[in-house]
Amino acid sequence: MGVTWGVLQFPGSCDERDALNACSLAGDAQLVWHDDRDLGGIDAVVVPGGFSYGDYLRAGAIAQFSPAMGAVAEFAAAGGPVLGICNGFQVLCEAGLLPGALLANENLRFNCLQVDLIAGDSDSPFMRGIENGERLSIPAKHQTGRFFAPEETLDRLEANRQIAFRYAPGQNPNGSLRDIAGVTNETGNVLGLMPHPEHAVDIGAGGSADGLRLFAALGMVAA
Amino acid sequence: MKARILIRPKEGILDAQGKAVERALPALGFEGVGRVHIGRLVELEIENADQLESLCEKLLANPLIEDYEIEQIGES
Amino acid sequence: MSKHVELGLTDSEYALICEQLGREPNGVELAMFSLLWSEHCSYKHSKKLLSALPTEGERVVMGPGENAGAVDIGNGYAIAFKVESHNHPSAVEPFEGAATGVGGILRDVFALGARPIAILDSLRFGEIDSARSRYLLDGAVRGIGHYGNSIGVATVGGEIYFEAPYEQNCLVNAMCVGVAQTNDMVRAAAAGIGNQVVLMGASTGRDGIGGASVLASAELGDAGDSKRPTVQIGDPFEESKVLECCLELLELGLLVSLQDLGAAGLTSSAAEMASAGDVGIDIDVARVPLREADMEPFEIMVSESQERMLAVVEPEIVSEVLRICEKWQTGSAVIGEVTDNGRIRILKGGDVVGDMPIGVLVDGCPLYDLDPAQPSGWIYGNRAEISDEISADETLLALLGSPNIASKRWAYEQYDSMVGSRTNRRPGSADAAVLSIPEADTAIAVAIDGNGRRVACDPYTGTVEATLECAANLACVGAEPLGVTNCLNFGNPEKPTQAWQLTKAVTGLADACTALGLPVVGGNVSLYNEGADGPIYPTPVIGMVGEVPDPGRAAGIAWKDGDSIALVGPFDPSPAGSELEKLRGRLGPGLPDHDIGAIGEALIAIREAVRSGLAKTAHDISDGGAACALAECAIASDVGCNVDLSTLASLRDCSPADALFGEGPGGFVIAGDRSELERIGGHGVEMILLGTATGKEVVIKVGEQKIDLLLAEASQAWDSLAQRAED
Repeated sequence: MGVTWGVLQFPGSCDERDALNACSLAGDAQLVWHDDRDLGGIDAVVVPGGFSYGDYLRAGAIAQFSPAMGAVAEFAAAGGPVLGICNGFQVLCEAGLLPGALLANENLRFNCLQVDLIAGDSDSPFMRGIENGERLSIPAKHQTGRFFAPEETLDRLEANRQIAFRYAPGQNPNGSLRDIAGVTNETGNVLGLMPHPEHAVDIGAGGSADGLRLFAALGMVAA
Repeated sequence: MKARILIRPKEGILDAQGKAVERALPALGFEGVGRVHIGRLVELEIENADQLESLCEKLLANPLIEDYEIEQIGES
Repeated sequence: MSKHVELGLTDSEYALICEQLGREPNGVELAMFSLLWSEHCSYKHSKKLLSALPTEGERVVMGPGENAGAVDIGNGYAIAFKVESHNHPSAVEPFEGAATGVGGILRDVFALGARPIAILDSLRFGEIDSARSRYLLDGAVRGIGHYGNSIGVATVGGEIYFEAPYEQNCLVNAMCVGVAQTNDMVRAAAAGIGNQVVLMGASTGRDGIGGASVLASAELGDAGDSKRPTVQIGDPFEESKVLECCLELLELGLLVSLQDLGAAGLTSSAAEMASAGDVGIDIDVARVPLREADMEPFEIMVSESQERMLAVVEPEIVSEVLRICEKWQTGSAVIGEVTDNGRIRILKGGDVVGDMPIGVLVDGCPLYDLDPAQPSGWIYGNRAEISDEISADETLLALLGSPNIASKRWAYEQYDSMVGSRTNRRPGSADAAVLSIPEADTAIAVAIDGNGRRVACDPYTGTVEATLECAANLACVGAEPLGVTNCLNFGNPEKPTQAWQLTKAVTGLADACTALGLPVVGGNVSLYNEGADGPIYPTPVIGMVGEVPDPGRAAGIAWKDGDSIALVGPFDPSPAGSELEKLRGRLGPGLPDHDIGAIGEALIAIREAVRSGLAKTAHDISDGGAACALAECAIASDVGCNVDLSTLASLRDCSPADALFGEGPGGFVIAGDRSELERIGGHGVEMILLGTATGKEVVIKVGEQKIDLLLAEASQAWDSLAQRAED
């Protein structure tokens, strides 16, 4: 343990308290207001889900310019671990910290359901202890989650082991290319994930606790 | 100047909204309509027109998935 | 037509206004009177009836008259909740109508200082084979999802019924549940002469002008399309900022009072705040931030622009309040002052453009007695969809596939049911949603119910049943109900049949709540729900909040292979008003009477059985009778059953068909270890062992009759809503 997490909060964030809760199960956690340029000596960042700035213009488009995101970009460039969940994944893509973009779900509806993810072979601090090919049950809930990147980029992501998670066969809820649910940057320290591991940390809450493994993984690195 | 910026999904990217409209048209009696694409229209006034291009690249459009066209519609 | 009639006031009401003012009202005043004296704001046709409802109880923190009701859950916390209709706006524009319905009920709850944690919705549309119904369904579900998902409040439950009488006039009722520290809660009453009135949130535009009087108090004819311009547009992002801002202001203790702007906008919130505090109020329309510069004073006063809140603040604290609004990037402006003269004055800069005694404006509307008359027969239609001749297997499939009974997964998967991490039982897994309240070291259960068809058959008994049904859903997760909210959706109360339906229903609600010892802490009345073909089914929608000390034991409906299955309670199945009678086109007036006391005992027995862990699963018998309840448990668990209802049929002396598909309150299907189930019976509550959970078939015997269906087939029928909704 001993990991101190910072969870960004934008106007319009929704899942920041859920993320804070999940982080606090795997260390200490604090909220970071979007206006703060100073991340305050944290070990890892979560860019949480929600609808930052109402998702107006494009999902995640406006949040990328907040002072806190400027600090996150520097933190990531220095190798700091950054986890973007749902809207946070969209923000990281818009900010250029992750490859690709997220488009409207193929059925144009918000879909909220439990999905199985298949772990890839990414070398990411969030995936320590998660075997290549392992199945994790984690809820997905979004309207803009269809991962897109040009074919050659997708080939490169596969070759570089940047596909962190795919939806299990038949469970792709949004039409993502190659069933991609999450990707990392080239160095693996930035992970974006459309499903919500922070909503899978307590079996009592009716789902699974598989999501907790991503948060706990960081503790294993730091230890 | 006053400018109008048209933003639309890049050619070849599945435009789910456009497809949905396209599918709905025959049922309403409109035959022979295809290649429907749905984008956004932004109108703005800008003092330094040289900034328009980078403003589009950085915020108004996502160049990975969207094309844009800038049209001048008058002096402010 | 004279102006006041056009605005919905009668000649005698207008005469009364002139008499009370000592002159004719000017345009601004007339607009304000027309709204506050409309049914929507004055409850002039329902107030006398509603006085029969029990409103007091040990756990009541706030009752009717506040923005929402609230009940105590211990450890210094309270649960605030309310249900409200947005029927007419949704019938005109379903997406925005439903979205702003959610936005409005959220504001009612956070106006009290409670953080909204859950939304439930009760929706009614015409039959699903009508294109209009599917359009309204799709729009309303998207609208609810759009608002609730975007603002980050979990939508955890609800119900949807499809019945022809709702074809023209759909119902969209939204319920919000919030949690507050009891000491931090704030009332809506303005106080403190000289205190400042601050308008927060969105700017004011022309949206919804005339909404309260024209939309909510007139029947919808074919003019739906032309009313479109008055529909309000919702902005959940704006609301999320106002919500966080208000909660921070309340936590810091900076507000004297807080009120949301809903129907009738600034007119009703300002006048009602002043009325509740027994003070006067000045509002300067020139200081209201506008979206369109050329708005008239009356337009500013009646605008229903969304995402606005009105607060009363001590003068020396105003700058601090405005600073926090700035932090949340939400608009704020001082627009008036609390006065001591008992009048509401509308100013435009230095000019007085309206001046009325608040007592007359808020409480001066005459209250009317209704003129009820029972109709001689069934006033609604009948449409046969299945023949009497089909087998029991086919009947069960038809019922499971009926859109009223079929799984609502298509709808609830469009809602974020998890945000906030409180959702302990997700939609579809249990009879009521269970939400953990860790700050108070407890959990709550919430449900919303109201089968309008049964109320149409018998307004009194149907409403008793709706109340029992909601309590039953709570009992199934081990919850003790603490308080009731309701939304009474009825037709034109000035017509004798509709007046009779309303009168009987309110009596039923009062009797059921009194018998169960439940206080009604808030509610809403929506009248004039009629289309060209007549009134809607009378539809009282009942919402309840209950306490669940140990959410870990809240029972779901999915049993396990090898479980014993039992039926508990005085359930006495009858074909009257049932889903099967509907499908057979044989609906008519009348429902059997019930022994509310005996059913109340069964509710307690189920609650205790779930809390003690004796019952591992519990599901109340409702639409489609025992056979549907059993099939639903089997589908949810993917484990079939082999059960026998012969004992039920012989004890109740009913036909095999009635034992299978008959409906009525007071019946529960539970499962668990046989030895543990046997301990439940014998406390004066009847328990019949039915059989075992096993295999991949649904096998139900009654005497010589037998249902034998593949679970997969039942499941397919039950999951057919998506296909029919998106047809």
